[in-house]
Amino acid sequence: MGFRNIIGRRLGLGLVRRRKPFSTATCDGDGNGNAKSINLYSAINQALHIALETDNRAFVFGEDVSFGGVFRCTTGLADRFGKARVFNTPLCEQGIVGFGIGLAAMGNRAIAEIQFADYIYPAFDQIVNEAAKFRYRSGNQFNCGGLTIRAPYGAVGHGGHYHSQSPEAFFCHVPGIKVVIPRSPRQAKGLLLSCIRDPNPVVFFEPKWLYRLAVEEVPEHDYMLPLSEAEVIRQGSDITLVGWGAQLSVMEQACNEAEKDGISCELIDLKTLLPWDKETVEASVRKTGRVLISHEAPVTGGFGAEISASIVERCFLRLEAPVARVCGLDTPFPLVFEPFYMPTKNKILDAIKATVNY
Amino acid sequence: MSLSHHHLNTNILPTLSATIPTPFPLVFSAPIVSFLSFISYSPLSLPSSPPIFSPFPSSLPTRKKMATAFSPSKFAAQPFPLNTTSQNNPLTIPTTASPFLGSTRKLIRLSSSSNLNIRRRSGTVVAVSDVVKENKSKSTLNLLITKEEGLELYEDMVLGRAFEDMCAQMYYRGKMFGFVHLYNGQEAISTGFIKLLKQQDSVVSTYRDHVHALSKGVSARAVMSELFGKTTGCCRGQGGSMHMFSREHNVLGGFAFIGEGIPVATGAAFTSKYKREVLKEADCDHVTLAFFGDGTCNNGQFFECLNMAALWKLPIVFVVENNLWAIGMSHLRATSDPQIYKKGPAFGMPGVHVDGMDVLKVREVAKEAIGRARRGEGPTLVECETYRFRGHSLADPDELRDPAEKAHYAARDPITALKKYLIENSLASEADLKAIDKKIDEVVEEAVEFADESPVPPRSQLLENVFADPKGFGIGPDGQYRCEDPKFTEGTAQV
Repeated sequence: MGFRNIIGRRLGLGLVRRRKPFSTATCDGDGNGNAKSINLYSAINQALHIALETDNRAFVFGEDVSFGGVFRCTTGLADRFGKARVFNTPLCEQGIVGFGIGLAAMGNRAIAEIQFADYIYPAFDQIVNEAAKFRYRSGNQFNCGGLTIRAPYGAVGHGGHYHSQSPEAFFCHVPGIKVVIPRSPRQAKGLLLSCIRDPNPVVFFEPKWLYRLAVEEVPEHDYMLPLSEAEVIRQGSDITLVGWGAQLSVMEQACNEAEKDGISCELIDLKTLLPWDKETVEASVRKTGRVLISHEAPVTGGFGAEISASIVERCFLRLEAPVARVCGLDTPFPLVFEPFYMPTKNKILDAIKATVNY
Repeated sequence: MSLSHHHLNTNILPTLSATIPTPFPLVFSAPIVSFLSFISYSPLSLPSSPPIFSPFPSSLPTRKKMATAFSPSKFAAQPFPLNTTSQNNPLTIPTTASPFLGSTRKLIRLSSSSNLNIRRRSGTVVAVSDVVKENKSKSTLNLLITKEEGLELYEDMVLGRAFEDMCAQMYYRGKMFGFVHLYNGQEAISTGFIKLLKQQDSVVSTYRDHVHALSKGVSARAVMSELFGKTTGCCRGQGGSMHMFSREHNVLGGFAFIGEGIPVATGAAFTSKYKREVLKEADCDHVTLAFFGDGTCNNGQFFECLNMAALWKLPIVFVVENNLWAIGMSHLRATSDPQIYKKGPAFGMPGVHVDGMDVLKVREVAKEAIGRARRGEGPTLVECETYRFRGHSLADPDELRDPAEKAHYAARDPITALKKYLIENSLASEADLKAIDKKIDEVVEEAVEFADESPVPPRSQLLENVFADPKGFGIGPDGQYRCEDPKFTEGTAQV
């Protein structure tokens, strides 16, 4: 965080994106139970503890997970559940995921960690060609539904090319897997538990920026949030904004600013990108008539394109303005130029105004 | 996490442990096993390829005896001074009396030493240092390096060390950002290998690449500016710490992704062979060095490239900087057979293990390996046992490593050792070395000043070099370069 501010000052930027945790996430349908204020990696840690506790055929593995992982998401698991269930793998992503598919095919719950989403590409072949098609091509004799692949994704301020990528679009193009992205600690814990227990292989991207920064009240007990249900986290009437993960906090700031100009924004968190909740988004667009999609990944071929095409198909006559996409630039994720590359609050604000005034 | 407990932690899959033997009991008998495995790759079993283990023969007339140091029998004598075993065998830990291991001629003399034979028979592990120590008294005046070479090596290592220390300072002051991985402690490998290369030889590295770039000849200013993200950096500020490239010095990059650079190096080596044999540029004997770590040796790309390089006899040297840790994963717990050099013969190339804290030893091995590649005899896998004095990166608290292990290697600091060697053998005086230290300090300070004063890249550079078109996205309908259009990115009124 500090580094980003330094970059901002050096490059003469007036405003540097600041990530704030959500003030009020709509509730997860649960009011009882103790809730403690924790950050994202702790919430994920709790989810993993619960997953391993409730299913004795669950395994957590990946690079450096036994000491807690480079983001501390797996602390305490090895001590509590033993090295037979929580173990380090050698440095081979393809091997990790393939091995996870094998474990899952034999009825275990394999929770594989890929250290950074940027490193998931060697495993891409296993995910696309094996995990996604296992049930299909075996005629339902086997499936690898027990497989969950967790990876930290997204910009972190100083990550550069290989520690900041958002590869969700590549995976959204694969029928047979699910892609889930939480926006906050409470969501992350519930969604992760749902993903682990879902009978399909899931790729779970965790916004690494929020690991420490997002703090929220998270119930301590076991709870699950439904997959493939988008959530309207802010009601509005003039324009619908669709996003996921860490980008939502930026969008919320833009919404607050737009409010001052009298534009009422409705903000939707997709939560699950594949298969995504078209109905909720469509209902919202029918209400507002305008839609803006924002994500960190480059704009061309990003998931925003799929949302845009689907909405246009469904709501063409209702739309008052073209579907706007405020996304990363079509360049490799840069190091020093990160603030220019990112879809910042101001870019979103400009797009909101342009769309509303179309 | 003390070293002596490592062997207890290898049962990562208890249900299978009955079938997978734990590796550590094997280590003690490894010399015998490996010796036999070397034998199995004798010319008789591979008739179509040249003898694998007479690799460094006759072409060095003045150093004939050195050449035989690398014959198979010496491989067996050469050790596996891995931490686990060295702790169990106190003799293998060098005492402070001679941390620096001198001429390999001493090794040769030992071939007839009965001590050594006894050790081989009993299958205990012997450290090179120990073997050498025994014959120290018989050392002659025939040294491995001349004064000029010695000073050059010293200067290069000190540059590497001083630069990395300055990087740490600058990082903690917020002048550089991102993920920075420092090379402290491993300088002997970079210096030992890269100082033997010519300008046209290529080097491919990992994310721990500052010192490789420096040794290859990239100026400290260029590297420091790159770290600060300035236009005057070697990649115009676009790469940062993990991506040092230099067309001029043929540094084909640091790679953030482990193992990613090895196929690239293999392709570069192929080009050199192609130029020599197909394009008939007879004097093209360019060699490529690929540096990578122990963790990478479990990655598919590594094996794929060993196969290709050996198959096509490419002029490449695979240098493993085995510092025993991959972030927090101990090599011994992540690898079924921790002796990486043995993976070379499995693919049909020699595998050599060398003490990576000793620049002269590394240099001797490097000479042979590079010489082999230059002569067209094919690739070599060199495993250098080394250690990084700092954490994996500057963000790593480095809590997992045993302080005793760190102290053990700190006592074998390559720079101190070379200094001692130079002074003891009257190749240089304290004053000479101090002068070098001072000069390097000035170079590094100046590099920081230069980087500080350099300009930050302009915004238009963001969109350059995405495609071959120097201005990135070409010319827009209004006849201007697209990237210069402020509306290029939708809705950008201010950034």
